[in-house]
Amino acid sequence: MPLLRSAFILLIVLVAGIAPARAVEVQRVVSPGGVEAWLVEDHSNPIIALDLAFRGGAALDPAGKEGLANLVSGLIDEGAGDLDSQAFQGQLQNLSISLSFSAGQDAFNGDLATLTENRDTAFNLLRLALTAPRFDAEPTERIRAQILAGLAQQAEDPDWIAGRTMDVLQFPDHPYGRPVSGTAESLGAITRDDLQTFVATRLARDRLAIGVVGDITPAELAVYLDKTFLALPAEGAPLEIADTRPAGGGEVVVVERDVPQSIVQLAEQGVARDDPDYYAAYLVNYIFGGGGFASRLYAEVREKRGLAYSVYSYLNPMDHAALLSGGVATRNGRVGESLEIIREEWRRMAQDGPTAQEVADAKTYLTGSFPLRFSSSGRIAGMLVAMQLEKLGIDYLERRNSLIEAVTLDDAKRVARRLYDPDALTVVIVGRPDGIAPTRPAPKIES
Amino acid sequence: MRTVPCAASLHRLGLAFLLALAVLALQARDSAARVFDPETFTLSNGMQVVVITNARAPIVTHMVWYKVGAADETTGESGNAHLLEHLMFKGTKTLGPGEFSRLIAKNGGQENAFTSYDYTAFYQTVAKDRLELAMKFEADRMQNLVLTEDLVASEREVVIEERRSRVENDPASRLRETMQAVLYLNHPYRIPVIGWKHEIEQLNAKTALAFYHRWYTPNNAVLIVAGDVTAADVRPLAEKYYGAIPARPVPQRVRATEPPQTAARRVTLESAEVRQPGLAMTYLAPSYNSADSEHAYPLEVLDEILGGGTASRLYRALVVEQGLAASVNTSYSPSALDLSSFDISASPRPGVDIEKVEAGVRAEIARLLQDGVNEDEVATAKRRLAADAIYARDSLNTAPNVFGRALTTGRSVADVEAWPDRIAAVTVEQVMAAARAVFREESSVTGLLLPKPTS
Repeated sequence: MPLLRSAFILLIVLVAGIAPARAVEVQRVVSPGGVEAWLVEDHSNPIIALDLAFRGGAALDPAGKEGLANLVSGLIDEGAGDLDSQAFQGQLQNLSISLSFSAGQDAFNGDLATLTENRDTAFNLLRLALTAPRFDAEPTERIRAQILAGLAQQAEDPDWIAGRTMDVLQFPDHPYGRPVSGTAESLGAITRDDLQTFVATRLARDRLAIGVVGDITPAELAVYLDKTFLALPAEGAPLEIADTRPAGGGEVVVVERDVPQSIVQLAEQGVARDDPDYYAAYLVNYIFGGGGFASRLYAEVREKRGLAYSVYSYLNPMDHAALLSGGVATRNGRVGESLEIIREEWRRMAQDGPTAQEVADAKTYLTGSFPLRFSSSGRIAGMLVAMQLEKLGIDYLERRNSLIEAVTLDDAKRVARRLYDPDALTVVIVGRPDGIAPTRPAPKIES
Repeated sequence: MRTVPCAASLHRLGLAFLLALAVLALQARDSAARVFDPETFTLSNGMQVVVITNARAPIVTHMVWYKVGAADETTGESGNAHLLEHLMFKGTKTLGPGEFSRLIAKNGGQENAFTSYDYTAFYQTVAKDRLELAMKFEADRMQNLVLTEDLVASEREVVIEERRSRVENDPASRLRETMQAVLYLNHPYRIPVIGWKHEIEQLNAKTALAFYHRWYTPNNAVLIVAGDVTAADVRPLAEKYYGAIPARPVPQRVRATEPPQTAARRVTLESAEVRQPGLAMTYLAPSYNSADSEHAYPLEVLDEILGGGTASRLYRALVVEQGLAASVNTSYSPSALDLSSFDISASPRPGVDIEKVEAGVRAEIARLLQDGVNEDEVATAKRRLAADAIYARDSLNTAPNVFGRALTTGRSVADVEAWPDRIAAVTVEQVMAAARAVFREESSVTGLLLPKPTS
């Protein structure tokens, strides 16, 4: 009996040994004025990183004014309150405070990083940017010109062309099919009124998530939360975007360009972040093409046949749609072969699902590597915001590994069968691929 | 205010670190400003080891940097160092192809590698209790790599796709490759790290293994471990795995040197894939390790003054005041075994001729050389660089990369730790002496990326 017992204990130790201890403690801080932030205190370095997001992004840009959210994100740190653009940027640069904003389809984001000694100024500049941006003529034209230059720069980039073509194919009648950065035409149509209305109606506390990491206590943070965010309107304009499914229908589209290497992108219906099968899907995708060196796609396309440097798949859950996507880049003459192999792997995963060994190895990797995400303050602050936006709960960091461990082989096979549909796979190829017969002409994208 | 703290975490290590930091802070008042506070020791076979403790999470980054890179290749074998880096994942006497990667993944680790002109590095980030495993595998492939021609042929194809993806599919990248090839008239920095396609195609197991046996020895490598460990944790493991590998003689790194340069060069690339023109100017410059290295720290300050953000000279003048450029950037890296370069790049505002942007950049350089920089500018630039050193401590992976680059390009741990002091000591006169030494047209290349003319 003693031998059996010690073997049992050994087994426990071996199994438990992989699961890492939780690396960070998350505190919910709610200010007297009711502003909430999730905080990870860390006093080992005199810096503070803050990440924020307002729900609702470029998908809400008015028709004909695509690029509005993105333009606002480039402008609110170019002069606010009594500080014109030079003065505002001058203060940031002088004190090595980094402040920047960006817009995606579903959210408007902000990032602040400061040395502890400059935190008063940092939070004040953040407050001004969010509540009193000036939108003066010179910086507005300058930033608009920068965005236009960026659009021109990427216009002939085959990766960009592939991505936009896929968006238009999958979401022809939905805001997700529109470009976040806008077009030359739509950017020209945006007025100062539009910019100000955006700030007044979209940067509101009812849709705000804040994550803070670094050299600040809950009591100190609470004071700054009120000082910085109470000036924002309590409520903003309603967020009304319809849910939708990808419309690509498994078509194969070629956009001809004279490049030596074709860029291939693939996508079909995915799984929502709050779907009960999400973690199983995440695990299966890791096995299929998300796991870099360890994935099936890597093994078949790159390792065995040297067909590509880059081949991958990933889950893309958005607020109102979800995709399962993938891609490969290979020389024009080998596109046909690469695509055949990828489709065959897609089919094999749907039919047979992953093996027990693959599932075990995936769990070991996904749980064991979780602490690797806590590699910088900025990354952790970003995770705190994502946890709030996706409503994962403040204890998510503690629960996440058990959610992965809970996926059974049966779950994985069922979800693989549910998700991987090679006939539904919409394919976009940019280049001069040999031996590919498109099933319809490429849709027009902005140029 | 309400706080709802979650269950206690494992901050006892964090506390110990805080106390240690407090002690260091007390000491630091009397001694020089420091950056990462590493511990360092050398194994009996000559392998240097650097340990940086960062207890934020129970993880470690484990890196081995070899003091060899693309600039050490035999003439005609461009791409060999980078191909070998790929081939290091293809198996040893005890592990099959790809098994190293699978085992690291099985142990919850992430890994990769990279090649540059002066170094080749391999790394894994793992939970700290997997450090021994990572060391065991890395030490194994330091001496036991096994290759077949089939494996090499397949990976060669992957590298050619990589080249297609990074260079041939990207006109800006093709321009940079040609600019690099003419900035250095004789030095091997003129040859792309990924290699010329026609030379990659001739590489094989023999060329890769010759390079491997010649350069991959423990006495030609640096081990860097950063994370929730101390030197006391690392030393016994390093002795056990790396210390067991015997040292071998390694050739001196002798590269063909640059002759004096006497003619400015211009390179133009026109392509139908280009909608937005681009300007790039690159000037030969000293590094920390080359002749005239006294200009290196002042050049870092100059880089900050000229192009270090939206308050910098070039941005203010060309983007804001004159409205000529949509964006402008400068770049200078002093970490090279031989020479380096000071780079300026700019993109015109839509509707502005690129010639005007080039004229604008040249006017700013002329103004700099004529009127000099003032004390305020230098002080602000130095303050911003000092803040960079504090931010650098935040990310787990910054310190090992900084030490790796330094120790493979002729510098020491003490040099890295003294960086804030050396930057703080830079004067206005030194910045101007550096500017005059570097901004000489005869040792520069100007590159233009242009759309194809329509007529």
